Amino acid sequence: MIHSLFLINHSGDIFLEKHWKSVIGRSVCDYFFEAKEKAVQPENVPPVLQTPHHYLISVYRDKLFFLSVVQTEVPPLFVIEFLHRVADTVQDYFGECSEGVIKDNVVTVYELLEEMLDNGFPLATESNVLKEMIRPPTILRSVVNTLTGGSNVGDTLPTGQLSSIPWRRAGVKYTNNEAYFDVIEEIDAILDKSGTTVFAEIQGVIEACVRLTGMPDLTLSFMNPRLLDDMSFHPCVRFKRWESERILSFIPPDGNFTLMTYHVSSQNVVALPVYVKQNISFLETGSCGRLDITIGPKQTMGKTVEGLTVTVHMPKTVLSANLTATQGNYTYNLATKVLVWDIGKLNPQKLPNLRGSLSLQAGAPRPEENPALDITLKIQQLAISGLKVSRLDMYGEKYKPFKGVKYLTKAGKFQVRT
Amino acid sequence: MTTMQKLLQLPVNAVNMVKTVQSQVQGQEEDKSPVLSPDGGQHSWYSALQPDELRHLRSGGTGGGGGGGGGGGGGGDQEERSALEDGGGSGGFQSQPLRHDDLKEMLDSNKDSLKLEAMKRIVAMIARGKNASDLFPAVVKNVACKNIEVKKLVYVYLVRYAEEQQDLALLSISTFQRGLKDPNQLIRASALRVLSSIRVTIIVPIMMLAIKEAASDMSPYVRKTAAHAIPKLYSLDPEQKDQLIEVIEKLLADKTTLVAGSVVMAFEEVCPERIDLIHKNYRKLCNLLIDVEEWGQVVIINMLTRYARTQFLNPNINESLLEEGGGGEKTFYGSDEDEDDDDEDDKEKKAEAATLAKRKPYVMDPDHRLLLRNTKPLLQSRNAAVVMAVAQLYFHLAPKAEIGVIAKALVRLLRSHSEVQYVVLQNVATMTIKRRGMFEPYLKSFYIRSTDPTQIKVLKLEVLTNLANETNISTILREFQTYIKSMDKDFVAATIQAIGRCATNIGEVRDTCLNGLVQLLSNRDELVVAESVVVIKKLLQMQPEKHSDIIKHMAKLTDNIQVPMARASILWLIGEYCEHVPKIAPDVLRKMAKSFTNEEDIVKLQIINLSAKLYLTNSKQTKLLTQYVLNLAKYDQNYDIRDRARFIRQLIVPTEKSGALSKYAKKLFLALKPAPVLESPFKDRDHFQLGSLSHLLNAKAGGYQELPDWPEAAPDPSVRNVEVPEWTKCSSREKRKEKKVEKPFYSDSEGESGPTESADSELDSASGSESGSGSEESGSGSESDESEEGSESEQESEEDKEEDKKKKKKELKKPVRESESEQSSEEEEETKREKKSKQRKSDSESESDEEEESESESSQSESEDSESEAEVKKKKKAADSKPPPKPVKTENKKEKKEMSLLDLDDFEPSPSPQVTPVNTFMSNSLVTDLEGLSLSDSVLSSATITPSSASKSYELLHRITGEGLSVEYCFSRQPFSPDGNMVAVQVQFNNSAASETKNLHMEDVKLQCGMRVKEFPEIELLPAGEAATAVMGIDFCDSTQAANFQLCTHTKKFFVSIQPPVGELMRPVFLTENEFKKEQGQLMGMNEITERLTLDAKCRNEHTIVQRVTTAANLSRVPCGSDKECRFAGRTVTSGSLVLVSVVTKEEGAAQLTVNCEKMVIGTMLVKDILLALTQ
Repeated sequence: MIHSLFLINHSGDIFLEKHWKSVIGRSVCDYFFEAKEKAVQPENVPPVLQTPHHYLISVYRDKLFFLSVVQTEVPPLFVIEFLHRVADTVQDYFGECSEGVIKDNVVTVYELLEEMLDNGFPLATESNVLKEMIRPPTILRSVVNTLTGGSNVGDTLPTGQLSSIPWRRAGVKYTNNEAYFDVIEEIDAILDKSGTTVFAEIQGVIEACVRLTGMPDLTLSFMNPRLLDDMSFHPCVRFKRWESERILSFIPPDGNFTLMTYHVSSQNVVALPVYVKQNISFLETGSCGRLDITIGPKQTMGKTVEGLTVTVHMPKTVLSANLTATQGNYTYNLATKVLVWDIGKLNPQKLPNLRGSLSLQAGAPRPEENPALDITLKIQQLAISGLKVSRLDMYGEKYKPFKGVKYLTKAGKFQVRT
Repeated sequence: MTTMQKLLQLPVNAVNMVKTVQSQVQGQEEDKSPVLSPDGGQHSWYSALQPDELRHLRSGGTGGGGGGGGGGGGGGDQEERSALEDGGGSGGFQSQPLRHDDLKEMLDSNKDSLKLEAMKRIVAMIARGKNASDLFPAVVKNVACKNIEVKKLVYVYLVRYAEEQQDLALLSISTFQRGLKDPNQLIRASALRVLSSIRVTIIVPIMMLAIKEAASDMSPYVRKTAAHAIPKLYSLDPEQKDQLIEVIEKLLADKTTLVAGSVVMAFEEVCPERIDLIHKNYRKLCNLLIDVEEWGQVVIINMLTRYARTQFLNPNINESLLEEGGGGEKTFYGSDEDEDDDDEDDKEKKAEAATLAKRKPYVMDPDHRLLLRNTKPLLQSRNAAVVMAVAQLYFHLAPKAEIGVIAKALVRLLRSHSEVQYVVLQNVATMTIKRRGMFEPYLKSFYIRSTDPTQIKVLKLEVLTNLANETNISTILREFQTYIKSMDKDFVAATIQAIGRCATNIGEVRDTCLNGLVQLLSNRDELVVAESVVVIKKLLQMQPEKHSDIIKHMAKLTDNIQVPMARASILWLIGEYCEHVPKIAPDVLRKMAKSFTNEEDIVKLQIINLSAKLYLTNSKQTKLLTQYVLNLAKYDQNYDIRDRARFIRQLIVPTEKSGALSKYAKKLFLALKPAPVLESPFKDRDHFQLGSLSHLLNAKAGGYQELPDWPEAAPDPSVRNVEVPEWTKCSSREKRKEKKVEKPFYSDSEGESGPTESADSELDSASGSESGSGSEESGSGSESDESEEGSESEQESEEDKEEDKKKKKKELKKPVRESESEQSSEEEEETKREKKSKQRKSDSESESDEEEESESESSQSESEDSESEAEVKKKKKAADSKPPPKPVKTENKKEKKEMSLLDLDDFEPSPSPQVTPVNTFMSNSLVTDLEGLSLSDSVLSSATITPSSASKSYELLHRITGEGLSVEYCFSRQPFSPDGNMVAVQVQFNNSAASETKNLHMEDVKLQCGMRVKEFPEIELLPAGEAATAVMGIDFCDSTQAANFQLCTHTKKFFVSIQPPVGELMRPVFLTENEFKKEQGQLMGMNEITERLTLDAKCRNEHTIVQRVTTAANLSRVPCGSDKECRFAGRTVTSGSLVLVSVVTKEEGAAQLTVNCEKMVIGTMLVKDILLALTQ
């Protein structure tokens, strides 16, 4: 299926290649470079390209292109999903997925790729299994390895791959047994000029960090599971149980993982935590414009809104911004034409305001469109949909684990059109 | 650095490609740093090496041609530069041996750490695309290295370079061959993996052998590896296809989830056309699906989609009928137009279908339903590829009313990475053309954000356009209005086209759209204007007379617009509708004639067209202009334009030569042209399987398997029936229960027991009538809402368990009532049918489009209704499923419980799960139960001589089921002369029927892996009332698994099976006392089983003990000095493992039984048997 993989950095250098079948020359990437040149923005490179003899399927992650070469029919999503899994694995192993990190650990990455695919077909993609085969580097281990001449390759072969629970490694031991669940909800919204909601919905995800000894069997139940409309689960979740009882029952992988993602049913009206009053105008005469943005709290359920930022992608003709912010500070990047206003905590008594003038390139026509505002925010200890975890139980092991649930609301793709 | 590198890059690549020596040298030099710098630990080594390194750098003069080796690597920047400074010398050759000596030295050293370091550097070179092939001999030596990491890296190297150095690669083969025999499954697997990855044609036979062997390995992981190896071998040598297909066939039968995905992948690569191989495994694959790993799921689902298209009928075949009947669906599918489209699409098909449907209402094949039901939960997968696979399966296979479920899941994927969005949106776009209704509720999810990448925006726009209808068009247009102001001009252009399409598709908004577009003509951006012109042109063609002012407006634009396509469009419009703008048209031509030479080709052609049309309508004003234009065109550089000019001149300017054609010139040029239809580029893309690469590219990709059309008539569904003899079925269930302990995930009690269990129940009914199995199976596939379904499925699983119990109970009783139940089954069926119809009335929900559904639901609720009924049903089913009763079975059932405690894994030659361990050995206690006192009749004459006459006979075929022919068999304990490894089985035929029986012979022998049978010679004639005897040989492979075969007469076939008691699996051997003691000494520990017992009152003398033991097992007595001890010895028939038994008697009947046998399972079973024999 997947024939070869090339890792390409932002400037177009191939810095790693791996072939699972016979070797394919690098020249095949030229077609990709051509498309990349044409696309201007890296996001706009078509994920699937056709060349005379091959098909190139690529993903763009963390300023790197993961370019795979296939020769025959294969579901494109299959490859795309796998390439993202590769990036996830690198991230998981080394903390970040960047050219530098991959170059520093080139042998480990190469070994990982070797294990993840066999003849182009995914073999082991679960992080728990991989970590048993090839241990992630830690400072301690690298010191020990230097002294003893040891290696990162596990000397016992993994059992996870053989068991029916491939996502969990065997023989897990912890002195402190703990299980944490983060319920994170993101508000996706589009507001129009007048502040009315064009579209709003809530997407949630439950991230888990489970460090439990042995083979624990967990169940997680909600106070109000009816809120959930559409969800996807980690393979460990027993689907039937969910269907029948609305209880998440699972044997967790060891470590961090995404337990489920969900969508809150669209019947519920989405409570938007903030409102935005804005006025951006470019004057017809003279090369200047005005900007005035105020943000206020709307439905915050008594919690404070934190981490508030406003990002504006200005038209190309805007040269500089001369603004004053009543709270927080702003930066305007001349190269990318991005205005970022970092507000921080939202104070309901004194609403943050940013106003001032924009200067435009002389002689250039007035921009037709006002730029949209992208808003990010955070509300701790609140799931905006009202979802609540009622209990977490553990079976199969005797000890008492420490359990914790945290809620967080964030702005997802929250956009205000102006 | 970047510019420098860029400068370097091309030559470097070129150098790399031709693999010149220089580049190798360079490559290595720069490869050092990335490996060495990361782990701080390696620095010591690095510094130790440094002087050396420098020397190489200097002495080598390096540099081979413009700093070869810069290729893509930023890490080697330093070296690169130094190389450059040194200047392109030719000294590369000198340095090469030195440099590699260095690595070679390290590889040859005794220290693992040095080897490891060297290998790391070599692998880093490979990773960065540098050539390291000349190190092959040095590396391959280390293939047998003890250090696991070195070994792994050597494997990596081997796989990469073996193809280039075939001869040397052969050196490593023996290591892998050894690995293939390793007791550790993981080592076996990895050996096979590497062996099969080495692309060396010489070793094809070795690979073939290894794959075949691994395919029957007892470890599923090794079998999985074997499945992976199949396509590798196939790509290496396609001639092996036939043999590989055999292996695939074998692996397809595998029942573990681990293997399933991989083998289907192999199937798809090697023999996707052999759809017949799937039949028998279809149901199993459906049921395993949820437990298969995600990548395997994708492959299996895609394959099953194709399979279903060939095997089942189109579920939407009579939708037209249903639509006529009740309009219920229409509300769901929104607009009428949609329906109309559909109607048009397959009008013929429907007409056909309608007649067909009238004749025979559509009933969904239960297997079709099974597939839909078992894939549905996977829509909740976290893996986008799985979700997409299920979505396409539903799109291609599900009844129209059920497809809706996939929309939600696909919309969810739009939150994922932009590449995923890209692919999903393409597929959604195709789906929305066929089935608009299902995405309509999610309209807003396709709204566009200014931050989306352009390609995503355009696709979303496509979907929005497809979704537009009368009700939502105003909302959509309002959205479009926002988009038009976007800064992304490509996107704006796409939006204008989208508006145009909305306008053509929806008559009500045509004028609104047109007005909007006309306003855009005054836009400052030329691209926007140009695009609007093109779209307006298309729209105007629909009703030109109303819009002469727009045409006038556009005529003015020619002064400003420079985009060729737009200019061409305006000119065409003016020419076409010159009658509506008689004053302006000649003026436009005048201007155009002036600028003719500077125009683009496409515009020039339209100028010629315009002039021709004007000449025909208004020759007075434009004759000269036309001639001028034509003259200009005559000398144009483009031959198309010259051609066109010549052609038009002949047509419109009448000369003597020009014939009749010029008369028709006006008709030719000013004919009424049909308005263009603005079509989605995604129209008709659904003839490609959705989610495939071919669909995405809208072109057939290599290796794409066409999605077949539905068959007109369904092929025989019985091909999917799996014959499972009763005994295997039961024990397999037992085994599965055991497995649950180790596999608590999906198969835990209430969780996922559903699918596995149902697999069984399906197998049960498989050989029975078709409809029976179907209604049972498709129970929960109905479209009820989620919570309801949930509770239902729970009940279902509980019910399953209950059924299980009942089943067992019933099976015990079964032989007794067999005949009656068979007779009464028909009655029951009738009552069932009545029930069904009642059910249907009460259950309004199940009044869906398929009968099937209501049927299945009723049959299910029926079983919920009352226990007794379920039992009745079960009984009926069982009666259906196996015509010939086998009384022998009863005994096995009872024995099952205790036997399941044993793990028989090492007992079987190949414990692939379908090779169910058999608990079916003949328990002597039961035999004695049955045979009553007959045991004591068969007196053993001598203690030391093997009793042959003592053998007891078992029934093979009962007189009643055999219709007068009864068959018994016994183990004669004679050596079977044709083959020493076989157990001789004496078969006695008795024909008590009135007529004679001819041609008695065996057929269709079904054996577990490794077993063999030597058939008895055909008995040509067995007259009525006569008896005959025949001897056959069976190699049981030292297992108590049954040999199944068909006993055929000239008229009938009977399914029968022969199961050996463990005691018959051995033959006596003569040992002396000393030998016995010696052998016993060697079989201690695990191989020895000791049991204390109290002897039966009747059996406290030596003679009886000997007699009973030898009856229970085919052993011979070993002389013994002590009279308190009896010793026996034998060897197992197949493997010749020694079996030693000794019984030591003590006071008052107390005794101790010791069995020593290498085969622990045999030993354990033997102990039980002898114990029973002695304590009776």
